[in-house]
Amino acid sequence: MPAFNQLHTYLYLAVILFCLGLYGVLSRRNLIAVLISVELMLNAASLNFMAFNRFLAPHPAVGQIVALFIMAVAAAEAAIALSIIVALYRKLKSINIEQANELRG
Amino acid sequence: MEYLFYSLAAVALISGALVVFQTHPLRSALWLIVNFFAVAGLYLLAHAEFIAAIQIIVYAGAIMVLFLFVIMLLNLRQPEEELARPRLGLKIAGITVAVLSAVLIGMGLAKVVLKPVTELPVGLGNTESVARLLFTDYLLPFEVTSVLLLVAIVGSVVLAKAKLR
Repeated sequence: MPAFNQLHTYLYLAVILFCLGLYGVLSRRNLIAVLISVELMLNAASLNFMAFNRFLAPHPAVGQIVALFIMAVAAAEAAIALSIIVALYRKLKSINIEQANELRG
Repeated sequence: MEYLFYSLAAVALISGALVVFQTHPLRSALWLIVNFFAVAGLYLLAHAEFIAAIQIIVYAGAIMVLFLFVIMLLNLRQPEEELARPRLGLKIAGITVAVLSAVLIGMGLAKVVLKPVTELPVGLGNTESVARLLFTDYLLPFEVTSVLLLVAIVGSVVLAKAKLR
């Protein structure tokens, strides 16, 4: 079986994409950049579901339904998080993650 | 087919790396759109035509436009600041955690033996089978998703409103 047509190739690709997103979440200080990295991680997760659906296939479309739900959740999450960022920017005049420390106590 | 897969995978990896290594969020968002297109191509190769179309329409079309709107609305001067004071500790911590988890998950994956199906099931991933499943077995999660989106709409309007009376 050629390497490009195997489950593991897809899974390794998704692992690398996920960990790139993880790096972004941990190291960026711009709130929007953090959110963009989270989208990258969600994308890697749905690539995984798609690969499992293609290669293990319990049913022709189960993994794709899950990918569809991931997209809906990502849309809701993006809308809420972006409006939180807008509200935070109004208050702090900055979206640097280190400025948002009002809950530090 | 093979070259298509490898070139799409390379585009996905390179644009994914550019997403996290760019300093300006606008450039990150634009590279993320490239990444979404490459992953949509991979979906096509995995016989998921419907999800590939939805990926481009919803993700690259709607969600990323939302991001770009907010980035341009806030009109950030952040990148210079981020360049001027790079937090080396933050970057080292991020790289360490990301590389370690990649190695750990990769090692775990290498041990797993999965038996792929030899023949593809009928109607793999076409729109009809997605719709049939969505409106029979997964009807309740589907409806709950619509409630979730409604909550997100109301919540974001309330949060982004300038003043609540």
